[in-house]
Amino acid sequence: MGLMTFKGGVHPHDGKEFSKDKPIRELLPKDELVFPVSQHIGAPASPVVAVGDTVLRGQKIAEAGGFVSAPIYSSVSGKVKAIQPRRGAVGDMVNSIIIENDGEMKEVEYVPTENVTALSKEEIIGKVKEAGVVGMGGAGFPTHVKLSPKEPDKIEYIIANCAECEPYLTADYRRMLENPKELIEGMRIVLQLFDHAKGLFGIEDNKPDCIAKMQELTKDEPRMEVCPLQTKYPQGGERQLIYATTHREINSTMLPADAGCIVDNVETLISIYKAVKLGKPVMNRIFTVTGDAVAEPGNFDICLGMSYGEVLEAAGGFKVQPEKIISGGPMMGFSMFGLDIPTTKTSSSLLCLAKDDVAASETTACINCGRCVSACPEQIIPTRLAKMAGYGDMAGFEKWNGMECIECGSCSYICPAKIPLAQSIRTMKKQILAERRKK
Amino acid sequence: MSDMYNVSSSSHIRSKDTSAKIMLYVAIALLPASVFGIWNFGLQALILILVCVATCVASEWIFEKLIQKKSTINDFSAVVTGLLLALNLPHTLPIWQAVLGSVFAIVIVKMLFGGLGQNFMNPALGGRCFLLVSFAGTMTSFTYDGVTGATPLALLKNGESVDTMKMLLGTTAGTIGETSVIAILIGAIFLILMGVIDLTIPASYILSFGVFVLLFGGHGFDVTYLTAHLCGGGLMLGAFFMATDYVTSPITPMGKVVFGIVLGILTGLFRLFGANAEGVSFAIILGNLLVPIIEKFTIPRAFGQKKEVK
Repeated sequence: MGLMTFKGGVHPHDGKEFSKDKPIRELLPKDELVFPVSQHIGAPASPVVAVGDTVLRGQKIAEAGGFVSAPIYSSVSGKVKAIQPRRGAVGDMVNSIIIENDGEMKEVEYVPTENVTALSKEEIIGKVKEAGVVGMGGAGFPTHVKLSPKEPDKIEYIIANCAECEPYLTADYRRMLENPKELIEGMRIVLQLFDHAKGLFGIEDNKPDCIAKMQELTKDEPRMEVCPLQTKYPQGGERQLIYATTHREINSTMLPADAGCIVDNVETLISIYKAVKLGKPVMNRIFTVTGDAVAEPGNFDICLGMSYGEVLEAAGGFKVQPEKIISGGPMMGFSMFGLDIPTTKTSSSLLCLAKDDVAASETTACINCGRCVSACPEQIIPTRLAKMAGYGDMAGFEKWNGMECIECGSCSYICPAKIPLAQSIRTMKKQILAERRKK
Repeated sequence: MSDMYNVSSSSHIRSKDTSAKIMLYVAIALLPASVFGIWNFGLQALILILVCVATCVASEWIFEKLIQKKSTINDFSAVVTGLLLALNLPHTLPIWQAVLGSVFAIVIVKMLFGGLGQNFMNPALGGRCFLLVSFAGTMTSFTYDGVTGATPLALLKNGESVDTMKMLLGTTAGTIGETSVIAILIGAIFLILMGVIDLTIPASYILSFGVFVLLFGGHGFDVTYLTAHLCGGGLMLGAFFMATDYVTSPITPMGKVVFGIVLGILTGLFRLFGANAEGVSFAIILGNLLVPIIEKFTIPRAFGQKKEVK
């Protein structure tokens, strides 16, 4: 004990043993890559190429559709084959740019920065924006927006989310082991934007090697500190991470900046480093293929736009036919119909489960045991909220703080009656938000 | 799409705990008290326990058959109800009365309100109180070693002396499962270790009751008197096994504390100022009725919220 953490949470089987010791392997894409124009929160990007155009790796193919948006770059050289709707990991159809890979990987010329410290704050944010960096932990919030709070002087902590609390995922873990210096350089660049801020690396204690490595590398960095965290889901939830590392609390109506914090995921910080120092846009990311149905689970450096199926092939395909395939982790990831879906900036993994817990479990009556209450990191009462959602009682739902739910799924995981609590609450939240927009 | 996989909203994994497992743990935790009761009171106690459990399970099964619902008897909750009810009965109770109490507990208190999770009153205690008002004679006649005698609480009420050591061990008159504090605590510790119950309700119940006895018992700080009250009657069994019943206790963390205190005060009132020596059962079922209102006033502050929400 004594480790930093939050109240509540659950301890699902972490499943990281499948892929944690597999070094990152670079993958070269095959013939067709698909780039959805909406890979981030905010306005979709608008294509700047036309069918038939030849593109290079690193060339912008769609530009930001507004301030809260991000441009998209081709990760291969080749020809624009089509611009048409394709199915995304969440299940919806998204307008996408399809590029026929010529296999030559001809790149544009990047403009690296010799001396990053000579850059002004505006220049740094400009480079981050231009490179299309978004929150790569899964949320996809455009990073340049995050880095432009109203009162930059009030930012006291830049928190690197190195918790990787989702079971099975090991992409951030491998990044920390293999590219810790890039992570630290990314942090240094962000710190350059905020004069009064300190950089914190929040790492769960199930990654002692990462903690040791990061501590060693930051020991002469007065503005950086490693914060070992208790291993518990959802330790990497933004609000939970802020609380664990700084003891500050934020609710659904606040931004981390309101508590003087900015939180960025490992992969995002590394993308910031690449964008600012190397002048490279977001074209690749680390991706974990794992689960008990995969022949050779591993971590891959993928070119965005490759399909989940193609990455799976690199991992040896299926060992057994899975019942469920998930983009992301088992707690908050999206289950997918099939594998013909493109990877995007926010795709962290493909998880293939031989057995689907959800289909196998039968829902029984709520016995009011309160396990969901103990597990809830937001300290709300999931079972009551789910009941209210069932009745459509919006007033009661809001009174019982239903809107504070972060949809982490801890309640659904822990429920002995196997009631889909988080799912009901999520649906109700959406309805209430839709209702609010009407007004 | 050639291959279709299962699709559902996250989260995609589930813990191994089930409601049935929890109920089974409760039944296991009641075994020390049951075994002690059988040893203490003999064959009649064993028969009564078996009859209550069998009747509870059978009435749930038959009821669900009649209304054409899927049977829920394998969730073990009827077993727990039967066991708890039996432990709350004197071993001399006629069997037909025990059967009636069991049917009342399951059909009237539980199933008519929608079954497991929907009842607003603890079924076992509902059954016991039904028997208590219907058959006051047989329900309050206690024999020990073949001799009709008063329970320690009744002795206490009449101002007579009691042996607190015997009360701890349980070699006194009383209902089948309530006499041995030690056997009850062994089960309670098991439940706490298995994460089935936590101490909030029992502790606030027992503490507030203790304070009440100290303040209004008229004995000042008399350790023997206090110990006798704590160990006597159904307090321990009630505090650890019935007040903690999930369905009929508040789910809000603060509500649990309030609930425990309400039970402590009610039990104190009934025992010290009521006509009967005992008051735990009535205190708990009355407390059960207050649960919705307790919850309403104890909606917790959500994480990150500045102040309590009204």
